[in-house]
Amino acid sequence: MATLEDGGTASPQPYRPPVVAPGHTTTSVTDKISEVVLQKTPRWWFLGFGVSFMLFMLFLVSVTWLLVKGVGVYGINWPVGWGFDIINFVWWIGIGHAGTLISAILLLLRQEWRTSINRFAEAMTLFAVACAGMYPLLHLGRPWLFYWLLPYPNTMNLWPQFRSPLIWDVFAVSTYATVSALFWYVGLIPDLATLRDRSKKRIAQIIYGFGAMGWRGSAAHWHNYETAYLLLAGLATPLVISVHTVVSFDFAIGIIPGWHATIFPPYFVAGAIYAGFAMVLTLSIPLRKLFKLEDFITMRHLQNMGKVMLATGMIVVYGYLMEVFFAWYSGNLYEAFMIWNRAFGPYRYHWYALLLCNAVVPQLLWFRRFRTSPLALFVISMFVSVGMWLERFIIIVTSLHRDFLPASWGMYSGTIWDWGTFIGTIGLFLSLLFLFIRFLPMISIFEMRTIVPGATRGGESTEVPR
Amino acid sequence: MNRPVKRKMLYGVMAELASAEDLIEAVEKVRAAGYTKLDAYTPYPIEALSEALGHHRSKLPLIVLGGGIAGALGGYLLQYWTQVIVYPMNIGGRPFHSWPAFIVPTFETTILGAALSAVLGMFFLNGLPHPYHPVFNVPRFALASRDRYFLVIEADDPLFDPEAVRHLLGEIHASEVSDVER
Repeated sequence: MATLEDGGTASPQPYRPPVVAPGHTTTSVTDKISEVVLQKTPRWWFLGFGVSFMLFMLFLVSVTWLLVKGVGVYGINWPVGWGFDIINFVWWIGIGHAGTLISAILLLLRQEWRTSINRFAEAMTLFAVACAGMYPLLHLGRPWLFYWLLPYPNTMNLWPQFRSPLIWDVFAVSTYATVSALFWYVGLIPDLATLRDRSKKRIAQIIYGFGAMGWRGSAAHWHNYETAYLLLAGLATPLVISVHTVVSFDFAIGIIPGWHATIFPPYFVAGAIYAGFAMVLTLSIPLRKLFKLEDFITMRHLQNMGKVMLATGMIVVYGYLMEVFFAWYSGNLYEAFMIWNRAFGPYRYHWYALLLCNAVVPQLLWFRRFRTSPLALFVISMFVSVGMWLERFIIIVTSLHRDFLPASWGMYSGTIWDWGTFIGTIGLFLSLLFLFIRFLPMISIFEMRTIVPGATRGGESTEVPR
Repeated sequence: MNRPVKRKMLYGVMAELASAEDLIEAVEKVRAAGYTKLDAYTPYPIEALSEALGHHRSKLPLIVLGGGIAGALGGYLLQYWTQVIVYPMNIGGRPFHSWPAFIVPTFETTILGAALSAVLGMFFLNGLPHPYHPVFNVPRFALASRDRYFLVIEADDPLFDPEAVRHLLGEIHASEVSDVER
């Protein structure tokens, strides 16, 4: 596919690689995508899953040790009572946001290129939310009492305190997890029916058949199905924005310098999408190679994701600038000191690294050369992932470790158990992802059928995926 | 053609078509001939087919609206009842009825109610899960989830007569016509 890869730098009218490589039909997309699931397991899958699962074991060991000894095994103490747990919580949940953006917002904006990456990005959302959800629970100290956060009639006659952003978080994150799972499953039903009809093994037919719930592609069903899918997209759009807004309220409602700013909701939402697209690129670039899916995840997708990353990255940089501006313009001593402390205090190298990763390196995306090179995109998205982790570290640690009273200043660093839990959730995420690409179609087959040339959509909407 | 089945055991007669255009044309012809109990099966949603079959607007948006309103009321009343009536707490001198703070969970429960009713409503309207359906008795129907298009005239159509229906379906561009056993 040399014509697809070069991106056509010379022509005055820039060449746009197609959304699906030419020559594909309804039959060939069905066969090619379902073959990924129905073929014999490739050898590298065992290697990848094995390594991921070992990392997941590290998570189980770390959590066990936490349950045995208590939260003292983590590096948190006064004055930094929020450490890796909240850093990683915000990092993971932010990563999840790109999945919903791709599946819901781009659907409403009729961006048909989203079709080949939406299933995969939604799965990423679910797994990232599963990882994120671990942290607030583990941070509770007595995680087995997590259900006290939920409003339910109990013999203690207690109710949650609804004026607290931490309870808002419970509602936002659990709603987000539920709606993402529903959206993902509804999208899967017609594809599970395809797998049921195409698999040769009895056990696979039964399992996929259960998942497909007797889906038979009836026109009357499609009619309601499309309405439901569109409504879910419409509901998921404000939801995804609200989730990271609520996460930013965890900070913005507090009066700690560096947190108490009105810029936080949009700044956090943009950062979430930024980190999420970086993760989608990090995962899809190797996957399209390994499964030879370059026909479906074309350079067009990679380029567009690079552009979204650049745009959201610039919003994030605007947020950084505004933080500095607020510190000066507010005339508030503590705000000003917070910025001074970031730039010249003990965590200054973290801040410099953050600026390098999030503000400097992504500027390469202005150039077509970098946007059309999978390797360059892969490396840049790695930088962004690291940068976004550092951003949460900076926001949380530099604000807390030196606040109003110098007598209460302190330093923070993660312990081996903090790192073990963090690396462990990466293992959990990758393990789930490996299981997903092995057992479920990672590209939405029925939506791909609608965008191949010659597909009849009817009505006035012949050009759009639905 | 498969061997004809007994009238009582017949769910309908199925025609297989190679393209969506053929299917839409076939639906128009069959409807023009006066048949009303028919359904089409396709590998992906086709808007024009819905129009040809004369589907009305889906009832789902109303169900979702109801779910959303229930979620909103439920969420807000839960907070009002717990924070004002059964378990009032003074938090930083804020009023018990701190409605601005209640907006956030109310928003989330609204979305939750609406999304759950969208999915469950779609299952309900489509009659899913539906583990057994006669159309699966036709072996080639497995291709409905791949690249083939099917049209079924059901036996409980008032005009249904197996011979006449087979004849009619033979006239359209059907590549295969088969009886669907119950």
